[in-house]
Amino acid sequence: MHVLETKDLTLAYGDQIIIDHLNITIPYGEITVLIGSNGCGKSTLLRSMARLLKPQSGAILLDGETMMKLPTKDIAKKLAILPQGPVSPEGLTVLQLVKQGRYPYQKWYQQWSSKDEEIVQNALQSTGMAELSERLVDSLSGGQRQRAWIAMTLAQDTNTILLDEPTTYLDLTHQIEVLDLLFELNEKEKRTIVMVLHDLNLACRYAHHIIAVKDKTVFAHGKPEDIVNRKLVQNVFNLDCEVVADPVFGTPMCVPYGKGRNLNGVKDNIVPVHA
Amino acid sequence: MRKYTSVRAFREKFSFLVDRKAFKYNIYFLIFLGVIFLLSAGMGEQIFSPWKVINILFGNSSSFESMIVQSFRMPRIIISILVGVSLAVAGAILQSILRNPLASPDVTGITGGASVAVVLFLALFSNESNVLTVSIHWMPLAAFIGATIIAFLLYILAWKNGLSPFRLVLIGIGLWALTKALTNLFMILGPIVQASQANVWITGSVYGVNWSNVQILAPITIILLIIAFIMTRHLNIQELGEDIALGIGSKVERQRLGMLLLSTALIGSAVAFAGGIGFVGLMAPHIARKLVGSSFGNLLPLSAIIGAVLVLLADTIGRTLFLPVEVPAGVFTATIGAPYFIYLLYRQRNA
Amino acid sequence: MQLHNRNRKIAGLVLGFVLLLIVNFLSLVLGYTDLTINTVIDAFNHFDGSNEHIIIQDVRLPRALIGTVVGASLAIAGALLQALTRNPLASPDILGFNAGASFFIVIALMLFSITSLQATTWIAFLGATIAGLLVYFLGSIGRDGMTPIKMTLSGAAIAALFGSLTQGLLVMDESALDQVLFWMSGSVQGRKLEILLSVLPYIVIGIIIALAMANKINILTMGDDVAKGLGQRTGFVKLTAGIAVILLAGGSVAIAGPIGFIGIVVPHVVRTFIGNDYRWIIPYCGILGGIFLVIADIGARYVLMPEEVPVGIMTALVGIPFFIYIARKGGKLA
Repeated sequence: MHVLETKDLTLAYGDQIIIDHLNITIPYGEITVLIGSNGCGKSTLLRSMARLLKPQSGAILLDGETMMKLPTKDIAKKLAILPQGPVSPEGLTVLQLVKQGRYPYQKWYQQWSSKDEEIVQNALQSTGMAELSERLVDSLSGGQRQRAWIAMTLAQDTNTILLDEPTTYLDLTHQIEVLDLLFELNEKEKRTIVMVLHDLNLACRYAHHIIAVKDKTVFAHGKPEDIVNRKLVQNVFNLDCEVVADPVFGTPMCVPYGKGRNLNGVKDNIVPVHA
Repeated sequence: MRKYTSVRAFREKFSFLVDRKAFKYNIYFLIFLGVIFLLSAGMGEQIFSPWKVINILFGNSSSFESMIVQSFRMPRIIISILVGVSLAVAGAILQSILRNPLASPDVTGITGGASVAVVLFLALFSNESNVLTVSIHWMPLAAFIGATIIAFLLYILAWKNGLSPFRLVLIGIGLWALTKALTNLFMILGPIVQASQANVWITGSVYGVNWSNVQILAPITIILLIIAFIMTRHLNIQELGEDIALGIGSKVERQRLGMLLLSTALIGSAVAFAGGIGFVGLMAPHIARKLVGSSFGNLLPLSAIIGAVLVLLADTIGRTLFLPVEVPAGVFTATIGAPYFIYLLYRQRNA
Repeated sequence: MQLHNRNRKIAGLVLGFVLLLIVNFLSLVLGYTDLTINTVIDAFNHFDGSNEHIIIQDVRLPRALIGTVVGASLAIAGALLQALTRNPLASPDILGFNAGASFFIVIALMLFSITSLQATTWIAFLGATIAGLLVYFLGSIGRDGMTPIKMTLSGAAIAALFGSLTQGLLVMDESALDQVLFWMSGSVQGRKLEILLSVLPYIVIGIIIALAMANKINILTMGDDVAKGLGQRTGFVKLTAGIAVILLAGGSVAIAGPIGFIGIVVPHVVRTFIGNDYRWIIPYCGILGGIFLVIADIGARYVLMPEEVPVGIMTALVGIPFFIYIARKGGKLA
């Protein structure tokens, strides 16, 4: 069964077509990562899957139902989105922020049921933010802040979470921190996670499923070890490289050609031998 | 220590999370408001002690004393409180939908729209000897209409595939400038008597209000406030930004329109009775935010109380300090407001 | 239709200057008492003390010259502010400079009865400086620093602040209201030539600084970090340009009261013609600003004849639709 499915989906900003008649499916219970070069439309695709952008034509199906026909609150109970670089209002504590994730379930007279409390506490626990729940979001480090936002999407209690570049502006340590968290959420709670990532190597390491976007459509999709190879990187990123196995994880790892210091003794550019 | 208390009743049909600190601040400021209320009712040409005021309010006094307090001072005090509450809540709402802590009723032109309407009203309905040809009681209606027209202009001009906070702010400033120019124009064209009459009004004053004003304003304000408090959770969501609000299942555009209308109604009704009392809509939410943070469940009630304190304080000072001259409340909200605001800036600068 | 060629830009400047002379001349001729060209010439060559000649020499001439100078200063001040704040909607009125200067002048007038021209001018500078500093502090608070929108809002807040303080003062003194009201809306009418002459030196200094700094400002508009990287002492450049703005805006307010929107409209029009090079923007702004204000002033005589409309209201009514148009476009530079 598929969580999300696009049917002849066309996305556009004004006259400019970004995605053209696309048909893809997002597998249930896995981590799917969208990759592609800058401006290829992967973020646009993700946003449309979260109904932040209306399709020009075609449709997106959520659990088999056309998304545009569903009430927005019903969607919010099935699917959460964390946009890129969210900015919290000044003077909001972590708890106050995370609590907002309960919005689709609440009424004006019913804003803190025991279920709300339980789910918010769980979200804080699983993101490791319970200790920090009284802190102001402003005062947190980049990684903590991102975890707070992820906790908010968890409080939405959805099966599917969409994230647009959850690691931007974070240093490597915090990138791993955030991705490990998402990986765990998938492992333990079987949540479907769809995200856009810039770093191909991290994408291969964490994703069960990769969708490579290029020229308004999908160039390839599948398990990283099946589809990520030299040809894919050449086509999708316009970059020549060697794809080797990650020495630690064994997942595909891309080593770009080009200039640079070479301790193996070869001078000048390293160019592919089999070019 | 836990800083929150969960309030649940009727098998959880009703449930809220109460922030203890915010609750405490609300109580403090309510008490403060009560104190000013008693002092204000006791001050003027005839001075009564707060104890005496309480006695008068419970009817244990001469008819003369009770007339001063009940008929003259009390309507004025109540209007001050209502106006302060309205402006503060409207300011907080505007700051949320415009996602900017510097937004306020003044600089979106909505107050200005009311000013133009009043100046125009004075100019159109006066005969050669500067006597109004219609009842002055129509003036609040004119002010309300003026505020509404500007709010609609703001909405229409800022609309372009939706309402962006960015365009709302900038176009609000443009409209504000427009209303200033028009007000000046009409004031210059009319005779000076009207100009000074209009000027008192533009500065903002609760001078000369009576119980019938209270009867009109009180129900309006209370209904609008109830709506505002029901909307708090939407306000919280608005502050998180458009994408997140949409993702979380809120109908952002529709709520933005609703809240804009709500704040217009609050501003319009306040301005109609008290003129353009400035800075309350900017300051009150700002002070409240400093004390309890920006979650609207905490922010909105405290802003409201602080707004009431500010206007009541300003009016009390204005009518007592320079006796027999009365200084409009708006002068004091500006003179208290301005230095305080600058002090806030200064502190934030060093923080 | 941008002028790319250097010669064309010079030609445009000359043409503008001629146009400025023409509108100045029209300003002498047109009005409630329409005069002929001959009368104007006679008034200067063979002054005979007739009513017409007096009108020309004492009323119309100062008015035209003041319009030219104030228009030029405000337009240049606007262009400088837009560069300094990197905000296309910045101008002396939106950022509160005018309101600050007005407030201090009204205080001086009402509380200390200061009417001397020199003192008024310096008080205007003081007011403009204080307002400018406040807006700067207010606008740079917060995480994301000095964004255009915060700058604009804080300017409006400060303008509102000084505006209501001024209003409050006027409420307490009705006789002063009459005196100040016309001035507060911004007007070039009824001012003597001496007012212009006493403020002119400061304005000239302001314009010279602006012209001298033009090239440095070009670099500054690429952003602080880039400018620093290119070896510019950005603090110094900003300070000097800031002083120029205060001289120009404060000086204009001292002469004519707060006249709005020239500082937004004119630089935008200029940019569509000659691009973003401040070495050209500044002189063009000077000339176009002068033309704009003199024309607005002529218009102000006719709109509600025989009543005069303060020219500040005219510029606002022309400028605000323009402002809203820019805001709708997303606040991008033209």
